[in-house]
Amino acid sequence: MRPLATDELLDAYRKMRTIRAFEERLQELVMAGALSGFLHLYTGEEAVAVGVCQHLGPRDMVASTHRGHGHCIAKGVDVGGMMAELFGRRTGICKGKGGSMHIADLDRGMLGANGIVGAGIPLAVGAALTAQIRRTGGVAVAFFGDGATNQGQFHEALNLAAIWALPCLFVIENNLYGEATPVEFVTPVRDLAARAAAYGMRSDIADGMDFFDVHARAGEAIAQARAGKGPTLLECKTYRYSGHYVGDPLTYRTPAEAEFWRTQRDPLRRFEERVVADGLVDAATLRRIDREVATLLEQAVAAAASAPHPDPEDLVRDVYVRG
Amino acid sequence: MARELPMVAAINEALHIAMAADPTVIVLGEDVAGGGGRREQGIEEAWGGIMGATRGLLKRFGPERVRDTPISEMGFLGAAVGAALTGLRPVAELMFIDFLGVALDPLLNQAAKLRYMFGGKARVPLTVRTSTGAGLRSAAQHSQSLYGITTSIPGLKTVIPSNPADAKGLLLAAIRDDDPVVFCEPKSLLFVSGDVPEGDYEVPLGQAQIVREGHDVSLVAFGRTVRTALDAAELLARDGIRAEVLDLRSLQPLDEAAILATLARTGRLVVIDEATPRCGIASDVAALCVDRGFDLLNAPVRRITAPHAPVPFSAVLEDAYLPSAERVVAAVREML
Repeated sequence: MRPLATDELLDAYRKMRTIRAFEERLQELVMAGALSGFLHLYTGEEAVAVGVCQHLGPRDMVASTHRGHGHCIAKGVDVGGMMAELFGRRTGICKGKGGSMHIADLDRGMLGANGIVGAGIPLAVGAALTAQIRRTGGVAVAFFGDGATNQGQFHEALNLAAIWALPCLFVIENNLYGEATPVEFVTPVRDLAARAAAYGMRSDIADGMDFFDVHARAGEAIAQARAGKGPTLLECKTYRYSGHYVGDPLTYRTPAEAEFWRTQRDPLRRFEERVVADGLVDAATLRRIDREVATLLEQAVAAAASAPHPDPEDLVRDVYVRG
Repeated sequence: MARELPMVAAINEALHIAMAADPTVIVLGEDVAGGGGRREQGIEEAWGGIMGATRGLLKRFGPERVRDTPISEMGFLGAAVGAALTGLRPVAELMFIDFLGVALDPLLNQAAKLRYMFGGKARVPLTVRTSTGAGLRSAAQHSQSLYGITTSIPGLKTVIPSNPADAKGLLLAAIRDDDPVVFCEPKSLLFVSGDVPEGDYEVPLGQAQIVREGHDVSLVAFGRTVRTALDAAELLARDGIRAEVLDLRSLQPLDEAAILATLARTGRLVVIDEATPRCGIASDVAALCVDRGFDLLNAPVRRITAPHAPVPFSAVLEDAYLPSAERVVAAVREML
């Protein structure tokens, strides 16, 4: 695969930084009592969403999970619209009716976060079916966690994608815990990618904390899918910094474990160390991006906090296209 | 020109018309091709659906648009939702509505809710064809009438024809509707014939139809129980009691105006449903009459349903399970 151009590197960094800053800002807003509802943050996993989505364009579709903000940002969904959605405002990307777990933007090929573990996987298979039948040249990517690989929807969807050779990529974000339960308590295989064998499907394993590794392996899988050679199961080994949800007491893991991942494996730091060491980008440029992202988020929060609430009539609007 | 066709042939005709008219319509489900398309063995056509409703589609439209699926209802219904969300118009076959038990999430949490959750920016033009009802001695897991479940889920539409002509028109309307529609095919009616118009026509969703006029009592029915109501009306007519029979055809949207209008004409209403009695369509219709038609009522609304029990295998028990014209007649006599 060709090396990444500087503007591609900067774009990837900007997206990873935006995800990190977006999620950290949400955490502050919850603690300040400004946001309500269930929030599942993506901090720590940024390299997975961005490493995969850098290969995708407007015709490509992504189905996400309850931990979906990172996939949205990586797929180019407007951060202002996302923030307004989390505030439940009329200006939100879903008019305030979806919230964190259903944030979506079909115009960007983002088929939605999903509150049901595993449910996005067959949606991506359906999107790949559309791409195949209508010959759009597009691919569909399903992101899901280690927990979803024990759901029936995962197995049924992988089987379908394999028998129909659909242009699909299945990305496991193995962050070691399904809610509070360690993956080894509930899963008899060490590498979840091994499950592809049951469906005669290609599989691969990436370091989910390394943008470049995810990017290379996802790129290969997506190229295969676009060439009509069917789906791949890509396991990205990663870590969820913030726990399952905002407010998680984290009683099931040691502070030392989280500290190790944060200090030794952090995807943003590793990205920076590599591009600076290779002389591809200088640190000052990255700091400028950090400041721009911070400004963008402050503007998004200010706009969201002052945006109008939905109309009372919105309560029963859009249940049907035609009642 | 109308011809006599069984309901399954009318459904088949609607599928042929819909697929010919719109290249985004695809058909998928268990055995919809049914092992057809094995040219090397000389097998071009095979089952074409467990009831034969999808016969001939494979040969005419090819394996890309007519797909046998594995026996994984949750997976292929989920894929159908994803395909509908991204530009296809899938017609998925859930062989028996009883299989909702292994397949509900794509309908309950995805198809029904995506449009609302996404702020009105999504369309899910999915049709799920499924067979419903008892009467074929197929016992508790292949005989249920679970349309009450789908009717209760906001975002889904549910329709159920009582005759071949409506089956064709309702199915064409369902496939072309931009919302997810559960199309119920009463198993006991699939091989009953009736006049079916030629060509392409739609029966609008949400419109009930009076199938027999009368002034003394309203019999509200749908699917299989329309026949039950018509038989009861005939028995009542012998005693000079003129029953009006309203075929709902669509459970969601529900033609509330038509129900209240027939009640206004007769002042008495019996609703007949072959499903179990709790939280069902019969209770819904009764509640509508009490809520919004109380002043029109000259007698309490009566519900004739199956008992709160699974469908039995024994022919004697199954016949007793289903609403009968005699039970309807007895209820009407008590009201007059």
